Amino acid sequence: MFKIAKERLNELYSKIAETFGLFIPIKKGGEVNYHVWGEGKEVSLETLKTVKSPKNAFFPQSENLMKFKTEGKNLEIIDVRWDKTEKPFVMFGVKACDYKAIEVLDKVFLADPVDTYYQSRREATTIVTLACSRPEESCFCNAFGIDATAPQGDVTTWLDGENLYWQANTQKGEALTAAVKELLTEGGEEKVEAQKASTKAIMEKLPFASLDLSRFKPENLNELFEDPAWESMSEACLGCGTCTFVCPTCQCFDIRDFKTNEGVIRYRCWDSCMYSDFTLMAHGNSRTTQMQRFRQRFMHKLVYYPSQNDGLYSCVGCGRCVNKCPQKLNIVKVIKTLGGKNND
Amino acid sequence: MRDVELKMKERASELLKSGEVARVIGWKKGEFYHDPQPASFESVEELNAFVYNGFCGANLSKYLIQMSKKEGKTAIFLKPCDSYSFNQLVKEHRIVRENIHVIAIECQGKLDIEKIKAKGFDFVTEVEENGDEIAVASLYGNGAVQKDEVLLGKCETCKGKVHQVKDEEIILHEMQAGKKNRFEEVEKLEAMTEDERFAFWREQLQKCIRCNACRNVCPACSCLKCVFDNPASGIAAKANDDKFEEQLFHIIRAFHVSGRCTDCGECSRVCPQNIPLHLLNRKFIKDIDGLYGEYQAGETAEGKTPLTSYTEGDAEPNDVVNGEVR
Amino acid sequence: MQNVTEKKEFTPNIVAFCCNWCSYAGADLAGSSRLSYPANVKIIRVPCSCRVNPSFILKAYQQGADGVILCGCHPGDCHYVTGNYYTRRRMSLLFSFLNYMGIEKERTRVEWVSAAEGARFSAVMNDFVQKITELGENKRLTDLRVKEGE
Repeated sequence: MFKIAKERLNELYSKIAETFGLFIPIKKGGEVNYHVWGEGKEVSLETLKTVKSPKNAFFPQSENLMKFKTEGKNLEIIDVRWDKTEKPFVMFGVKACDYKAIEVLDKVFLADPVDTYYQSRREATTIVTLACSRPEESCFCNAFGIDATAPQGDVTTWLDGENLYWQANTQKGEALTAAVKELLTEGGEEKVEAQKASTKAIMEKLPFASLDLSRFKPENLNELFEDPAWESMSEACLGCGTCTFVCPTCQCFDIRDFKTNEGVIRYRCWDSCMYSDFTLMAHGNSRTTQMQRFRQRFMHKLVYYPSQNDGLYSCVGCGRCVNKCPQKLNIVKVIKTLGGKNND
Repeated sequence: MRDVELKMKERASELLKSGEVARVIGWKKGEFYHDPQPASFESVEELNAFVYNGFCGANLSKYLIQMSKKEGKTAIFLKPCDSYSFNQLVKEHRIVRENIHVIAIECQGKLDIEKIKAKGFDFVTEVEENGDEIAVASLYGNGAVQKDEVLLGKCETCKGKVHQVKDEEIILHEMQAGKKNRFEEVEKLEAMTEDERFAFWREQLQKCIRCNACRNVCPACSCLKCVFDNPASGIAAKANDDKFEEQLFHIIRAFHVSGRCTDCGECSRVCPQNIPLHLLNRKFIKDIDGLYGEYQAGETAEGKTPLTSYTEGDAEPNDVVNGEVR
Repeated sequence: MQNVTEKKEFTPNIVAFCCNWCSYAGADLAGSSRLSYPANVKIIRVPCSCRVNPSFILKAYQQGADGVILCGCHPGDCHYVTGNYYTRRRMSLLFSFLNYMGIEKERTRVEWVSAAEGARFSAVMNDFVQKITELGENKRLTDLRVKEGE
């Protein structure tokens, strides 16, 4: 294990930025989100939850797929995929829940047929995770078996009042470590162990630590789908896309065309199952009420996805929706209502 | 506040028991003290979860678009600011007034949990309201914050504590209006140069994730199908692919609600990226006041709005600079 | 293909929304009277100036317009009696608002031109094109994607 003094972090960022594009939580316009690092940017590693999750780096909110150029009767198709000769990048400060979320996304985008847009970004990225030391009441990653004190990733780091502790886990991580080696010194194991222990003690006190998920099984699909509770749970839902857009695992997108002066840009952008035009087809929409759309979101997270992915839930308990829902509806309320008997 | 809550619960229970109303719209206990959610109650048993406290900031009036068309009467609890939205919805024939029983309720200003957390209480376990002081218990320490410092943005500039509509009221204590002038921030922006203003809005609107929360919560945004959801409109776009799209969405939205926006402040309350969206709407309100005379949307449920009326001597668009005639 | 290093002289794209009953006929009259107005003014005919939704103006900017001008009947002379009075209020508020967001005030304009004012139509357009040329390219309200490849 290595360490670097907190005051010298800027040198570390600058060193990484020499060879990589560095994405890191930066405060801009009053809110902290992942942005490309540059000298003078206000880095905020302490921020527990960036508004948008790091998924934005692999699966951007909006991404060009291809371009069509027309000239007379000729049509040229231009590939605009991320170029492998460009700088690879580093995602710095990814929390345990968000890292788990990338695993959830991998199972969707890297399964056959592979999404090459996602894949090229994913392969070019070295992920540096950061252990949590100050969880808040809306966190419930431990309900999904995630250890916030020791996240995976290519490199795992821990931050305390004095130092950032650094441990490489993979080849990519070793390569990054080699690139910044001159700034790192050995040591810090005891400090990290102490932090892990103290954070674990806090984690046990999280109000949603022991959510009962036992009822969310494929065999209960029909029963859950028909549950009358959906009606009352979704009553206050505005049908906005806040929960889906701040969610680190939501992966639905829409493909649209944009006309330029010279042709057409085909792009994809995040879509939300909460929207009235989600999965709109020529015949109309398959889900006509907000209750159905609301149900779709949670059934997908807790039943459909796990039934296709060996029981892996596509919620990681980051708690962003708990904080951000305008009307305070969230997945915790759904789990408590439908999840199982031990939720009271 | 506790006495007000009890009184409200009692009254809701009476109304439901007597069959006078089929449902009551209010707030339901959340997972914490600080996250009550809007809810409708159809039986006395359901009222066990009823709650009314400093975190009931949501404007409930928009729910009436659906609820007032259901069978039976609907009772609703409205704070003074929500009553403006209610009137505006009646004026636009979006809700059925005869099916609604309005209970005007006391409001001493609502609290913003994010502001409380920002004061270092980021594992809030309990909140207690004691007048001007809010006691907060958190895992990382207990303490007290001044209410003034943690009010929702919309409550800092509260328009006043007078209900514009009511069938009955539950007001047990005197209410205070907001302390700040609501046009102060607009004026600050007006005083900037064009470049500075552009930079300000670029930085703010760049954060927009097009979640549409501002639109969907807005009582003035009650179109059955929004142009932004309609691929045939030519301006629908789901993403912020370009700086233009963020602006397009917010300009069109602000313009569409101008003259109808009651300044309830819900747009800014719900924005996940905390964009000061109310400053867009307030600019229209300020310009309307200056050019066509003071106007407050939702003061009454009748009459014309500034954009559906005119005078022959109105200012010429080319002469209007910063909301004033050059 | 034009060489990018070569400095292109700036000719603005202007969109003019013209009311069918006045300024559109005014443009016609300007033409038949052999009065010239710049060719980079693209006229879009509308049944009344109040048909113009703010989204039309913004869409024009998105697609690369450098200036948008809206022409209607003189107040009091609306073919539909009151349409242009509403236009006047809407545009006063919209222009002031665009300026509040940092968009140059002069980019957008309203002019009242009757069917008999061919000379005025020509003068108004010449003046507007000159103002926009001085102001330069519209960079703040344009969609960067539109200009791809230019």
